[in-house]
Amino acid sequence: MLGLFKVKEKQREESQNNNRRGASSVKKKSAGELRLHKDISELNLPKSCKISFPNGKDDLMNFEVTIKPDEGYYTNGKFVFTFQVSNVYPHEAPKVKCKTKVYHPNIDLEGNVCLNILREDWKPVLNINTVIYGLFHLFTEPNYEDPLNHDAAAVLRDNPKTFENNVKRAMMGGQVGQTSFARCI
Amino acid sequence: MADLDVPQSKSRDLDKLLLRHGNLVDPGFFPGPQLRDDIREFVKILVVGAGGLGCELLKDLALSGFRNLDVIDMDRIEVTNLNRQFLFRLEDVGKPKAEVAAKRVMERVSGVEIVPHFSRIEDKEVEFYNDFNIIALGLDSIEARKYINGIACGFLEYNDDDTPVRDTIKPMVDGGTEGFKGHARVIMPGVTPCFECTIWLFPPQVKFPLCTLAETPRNAAHCIEYAHLIKWDEVHKGKSFDPDVPEHMKWVYDEAIRRAELFGIPGVTYSLTQGVVKNIIPAIASTNAIISAACALETLKIVSACSKTLTNYLTYNGGEGLYTKVTDFPRLDDCLVCGPGILIELDTSITLSKFIEMLEDHPKLLLSKASVTYGESNLYMQAPPVLEEMLRENLSKPLYDLMGRVQKDTIHVSGTSLKDKERQSIQTKLRVVFKGADVVTDMDTAIGA
Repeated sequence: MLGLFKVKEKQREESQNNNRRGASSVKKKSAGELRLHKDISELNLPKSCKISFPNGKDDLMNFEVTIKPDEGYYTNGKFVFTFQVSNVYPHEAPKVKCKTKVYHPNIDLEGNVCLNILREDWKPVLNINTVIYGLFHLFTEPNYEDPLNHDAAAVLRDNPKTFENNVKRAMMGGQVGQTSFARCI
Repeated sequence: MADLDVPQSKSRDLDKLLLRHGNLVDPGFFPGPQLRDDIREFVKILVVGAGGLGCELLKDLALSGFRNLDVIDMDRIEVTNLNRQFLFRLEDVGKPKAEVAAKRVMERVSGVEIVPHFSRIEDKEVEFYNDFNIIALGLDSIEARKYINGIACGFLEYNDDDTPVRDTIKPMVDGGTEGFKGHARVIMPGVTPCFECTIWLFPPQVKFPLCTLAETPRNAAHCIEYAHLIKWDEVHKGKSFDPDVPEHMKWVYDEAIRRAELFGIPGVTYSLTQGVVKNIIPAIASTNAIISAACALETLKIVSACSKTLTNYLTYNGGEGLYTKVTDFPRLDDCLVCGPGILIELDTSITLSKFIEMLEDHPKLLLSKASVTYGESNLYMQAPPVLEEMLRENLSKPLYDLMGRVQKDTIHVSGTSLKDKERQSIQTKLRVVFKGADVVTDMDTAIGA
């Protein structure tokens, strides 16, 4: 092995003189970015979900997904989620926050989303498609058993008709309890 | 003094390894004073990290006869480091770790040259890492290891018969510790598994459901994470939490205490708060010493061939007694980072769209609906529609141009493969070589047109 070192010294001096552009000086994508590229290129989204890349075609690690449910309490509302994918994807789940203020038992007013696959049930075998489907599911089937918004959950559980009205009012830009919402429909 | 065939050196024990033959040596071992002197003069080692493992590594390598060392670390010394990062003293708190560590070892070991780099590993040029014969890692995160692994494996080139080009193998010796447990491994890109090949070794991270944190906390960690993840944003809109700022950590601790009192949960302490928020496990000096010693010894073995190298992953557990085991993990044939991929020869005139068509018929691929990425750019993506539209114009351009007119390089493609008669979604590396490309050498330009 050591004989190589002297040879390498000579080679390094020579190559420094040549200044050849080798393939290794082009910056490569990390394994996480490659896996993300694969996930994105295989996206198969329903009509109600659209994706956009605010930083252009070469930055897949920060993007936005807009969901416009076509059934359930939130029909026709427009909800925007930001995705931040880290360098250690898929070892870590993407970080997802809801940019739209929404009256929802599983989404709080800061935009935190309570979705199991984003935290305790994330597995590297899941992908961006499954996360987006999970988010879509939150709108078609909100559930009061894992609440981030305590009040909304209670109303959904005890009085679904009131919940339905609250949701509509919030989406129209009205006020529910002490909180006012911006129009998103 | 007395006339000896072999001049005496200060390092009697090292001489026993390097000056005489043995039964466990590697082929290519040539004992003698020349070997010892060559190591001193020619070998350059980079130590990544000047913390618990880094301090020990610098000492061990300097005392093992290495004279050209570099150390890189972006942190400054903190009081909590002093129980094990023995190169530092109380008056050094606040100074860059790399610089103090280098200075202290140079004071104690005569003749060693250590160049400190007070910077992030990401801020160095890729070519910086190519200068070293071996990279020794004393890191504390998956992210940093992935990064260095990517760089070292990026130097690896393959021959046409898919065997690694020996000169391009950049060996890494990686150590890691956590309380009483630790590991040491040897990574020879192309020969032993790289970091990505064995990424499945990591268990999933412990993450609590947000709703548990918000509604039904049951233990101290829940209270801490509530303060860290939920309450912080509510109160400090816009300002991001920095675990290295003591005031931030104190605020989280106070909120966690309040929360714990509300729910009658015991056990919230300041050190638990730090542990949960920063994922810290208390470090002890002995584990670091043991793992670094293993790493330094492997470095010496690789460079001198004085004994067979560790093959390839050593685990150590000193929690109850002393346990250590070496496992020979296999490489992933299709590793995206260190694997050979598939060699493809192309004409410089071929367009991206023709290339994508070609992949469908390639016997080793049978890849349909391929998406292509090269370097930092995405060349073409089949989905989603917004990206496909943006990249459609690339389809008619020559792949040679899109790749910056290099004679050869690796690209990655993903899509659906019909290999083995089953439709599978795959992603693979391709070694693209362009035939008839203008290979520019100094000879050509020197001679002139």
